[in-house]
Amino acid sequence: MSEPEPAVRNAPAGPPYRLHAHPPEVSARRARSFGSWYYAEHVLRSMQGYRWTLLASSVGTPVMYLFAMGVGLATLVDRNSADAFGGVGYLAFLAPALLASATIMTAATEFTYPVMDGFKWRRVYYGPHASPLNTDQIVNGHVLAITARLTATTIIYFLIVAAFGASPSATGAAVIPVAVLSGLAFGLPLMAYSASIEDDRGQFALVMRFIVTPLFLFSGTFFPLSTLPVFLQWIGWISPLWHGTELGRSLTYGYDIPLWLAVLHVVYLVVLAVVGLRLAHTVYARRLGR
Amino acid sequence: MLTHPAGPPVISAQQLSKHYGDFRAVDDISFEVPAGESFGLLGPNGAGKSTTMRMIGGVSQRTSGRLTIMGLDPEDHGPEVRAHLGVVPQQDNLDEELKVRDNLIVYGRYFGLPMSYLRPKADELLEFAQLTDKAGAKVDALSGGMKRRLTIARSLINEPRILLLDEPTTGLDPQARHILWDRLFRLKESGVTLILTTHYMDEAEQLCDRLVVVDKGRIMAEGSPAQLIRDHSTREVLELRFGSERNTMVAGELEGIGERLEPLPDRVLIYAQDGEAALEEVTSRGLKPITSLVRRSSLEDVFLRLTGRSLVE
Repeated sequence: MSEPEPAVRNAPAGPPYRLHAHPPEVSARRARSFGSWYYAEHVLRSMQGYRWTLLASSVGTPVMYLFAMGVGLATLVDRNSADAFGGVGYLAFLAPALLASATIMTAATEFTYPVMDGFKWRRVYYGPHASPLNTDQIVNGHVLAITARLTATTIIYFLIVAAFGASPSATGAAVIPVAVLSGLAFGLPLMAYSASIEDDRGQFALVMRFIVTPLFLFSGTFFPLSTLPVFLQWIGWISPLWHGTELGRSLTYGYDIPLWLAVLHVVYLVVLAVVGLRLAHTVYARRLGR
Repeated sequence: MLTHPAGPPVISAQQLSKHYGDFRAVDDISFEVPAGESFGLLGPNGAGKSTTMRMIGGVSQRTSGRLTIMGLDPEDHGPEVRAHLGVVPQQDNLDEELKVRDNLIVYGRYFGLPMSYLRPKADELLEFAQLTDKAGAKVDALSGGMKRRLTIARSLINEPRILLLDEPTTGLDPQARHILWDRLFRLKESGVTLILTTHYMDEAEQLCDRLVVVDKGRIMAEGSPAQLIRDHSTREVLELRFGSERNTMVAGELEGIGERLEPLPDRVLIYAQDGEAALEEVTSRGLKPITSLVRRSSLEDVFLRLTGRSLVE
């Protein structure tokens, strides 16, 4: 075998370099400033492949729930206990809870399997990790994209709630950011947990069955939390869904809560979200930087 | 001969180490790579090649030592270092939910490259990777070789002057490997610095100007492929098979033929300047191997000499 040719020196950058990308310094500067958005853009592009499925479930879920429970069940409930729900119909009582729980359930899906996919199945995170982006930006970008998805789903849900006449207050639309915040308060700690899982042994199914479902049932969703025995009420107090629902009710039909309590609800949700995000930064950095 | 222009090396590693607990994945290695060189890390699986690559790529922290890429420390200037590089990881991590062309565009966005640059660039790279007719296909419809070429195309989206390739052709069939080598050779010709790891000696011989032989986290030898073979092996090798039972037994009777004898379970290697002459001497001693083969020394022999083990186990 002949000795390999030495590389051609000072050769013109022939194929494949003809278009002249901007220099690496510019790439690094832009990535430092906008890296999170670049990754969010990627995730949203991937989601586009499912846009019709996503749209169908975003419309189908509220229509089904509102018809079955809000209309069918509400007719019965309203006939028997007109004053049990603070003077509003059962549909109005239920709608903000269903809306917040839909957002949280979407968050529970988006912050579990796709995270595992990023680390393990298709290793999608390792591509951007080798680029100028840093790990915090990968986390933030993924969160931004999921926030956009949650917002879109929640807006559709709210429009359908409004069409059912279940959001009488003028402040009703403010339930949208509250529901998205609830989704993040639940989803971001879950994201950190998902990122820490090395092998899928059914943990996510357990999360759905033993965390998401009890929260859905016992967070003052279908009846006021105060009607539960005291020893079960703590489920509501720790549940982002209860805090989001209480806020939502005050916005959609003027359910009366003191200002300090409203502030406490918001603070609780924000703290969960921020702590979850910080944890996710740590876990991602440790796992990607091994 | 290695004639490199004076100037700072694009990559410089000094006493670089990476430990995982008590395990020394990379143990005190030093090397420099000048611009435009094609530099290889040759060694078996688990030698520490990928760990070294991940440190150069600015995605894994070192335990100790010094490391600079374009004069920058990747731990202080991660984004700047990574902006200089194109990276082909050992395992493909393409986004299979995106189409082939979109994988390139999305990756280019990480470098802040505008769409006006990325659209024509993606088409140009698909042509380079011979994937133009697959532009609109889903990634999971591609063969292993095509995915590998797409990963290489993706690594070139920012027109990097340094390309890191971690076992670029592992798991590909011979034809796919040759297509890939041709593409890499073109990049090398256009002056791109290639850093590649491999456990294929033929790949190292084809692509590397210079390489280090790595084993158990340490550098065993360094030089051009031809120089390594000259320094650590003979010109030719005579391979003899006497049947699996007899190879080691016969070894004693072969003493003194050639410069060195290497009895392996399946064959005996005799290192000699003239393989045919060595074979004549074997037969003149009345030994009748089942098969005999005279070949040129390769990097495999260098590795065997340096470590006492085969490269591909």
